[in-house]
Amino acid sequence: MEPDQDRELVTRAKAGDFEAFESLVGRHERRLYALSMSILRHREDAENVVQTTFLSVLEHLKEFREESSFATWVSRIATHAALNVLRKRKGLETVPITETQDEDGEIPHPEHVADWRGDPARVFEQQELRRVLDEAIDALPEKHRLVFILRDVEGFNVEETASLLGISEANVKVRLLRARLALREKLTRVFGDAAHAITHEHDGEAARSTPAKEVLRSYQSRETR
Amino acid sequence: MKCEDMLRMLNDYVDGDVDISVCKEFEKHLTGCDPCKVVVDTIRKTITLYKGSEVYEVPAEFHTRLYETLRRKWDETKKAD
Repeated sequence: MEPDQDRELVTRAKAGDFEAFESLVGRHERRLYALSMSILRHREDAENVVQTTFLSVLEHLKEFREESSFATWVSRIATHAALNVLRKRKGLETVPITETQDEDGEIPHPEHVADWRGDPARVFEQQELRRVLDEAIDALPEKHRLVFILRDVEGFNVEETASLLGISEANVKVRLLRARLALREKLTRVFGDAAHAITHEHDGEAARSTPAKEVLRSYQSRETR
Repeated sequence: MKCEDMLRMLNDYVDGDVDISVCKEFEKHLTGCDPCKVVVDTIRKTITLYKGSEVYEVPAEFHTRLYETLRRKWDETKKAD
């Protein structure tokens, strides 16, 4: 996404050029739809969020002071809208976004440690890959999934993520670590090279074991092919 | 540095948010600890995979409806100006 092109289109749209506005929509609708789908996991809700977002952009474009990029601005609007939908659903669901009670426990230790068999994006069919990724992320508690999406997929920083979710920065960090570890664990069970799994012995024990060194060597040799 | 310390600082290391001395200690640990090395490596791959996986296609029918709605709203706004 070229911010300079966005800037030019924003200037033209502010001056009343609908084609420029349409171009902005075209450049960002797919990304915002993906963001909304990631948060809401529901097609119609995601469509509503995208539409609400662009209607809001249309209404407030003249007030957009361009202190952030257009991409960041619309992402924030869409994220707010999607989170509002989630909050409205709360009557039906159980976990409030701001819940903090279980963030103090121990960080789960990685259990399944094995390097992956090549690059999953190449090894797996696109649809199969999507299914695996969806299943893994759907299994996360909502509060962990949201932090992972906002931080790692959308690229919001810790401060922005904390502000969007209404939680502390410390909680963003803990939830992100839990989300990353849980996803890694699940994906390793699918993509991991079982023949060279490393036993769960840290602090130097496994480093001396031959299989562990073999897995790394074999992976490195595959990578350089 | 022990594996537990590594685990606690994993995010900061993966995100490049540690200062050089800590980073060096971290890398020294990774050199001697294959499990941690693999964990760091597969965490990075996990993030990359999700970052590159936003493949949801905007439904064509919604795309058309969205543009019509925006055109209508744009015209209304211009008339009101």
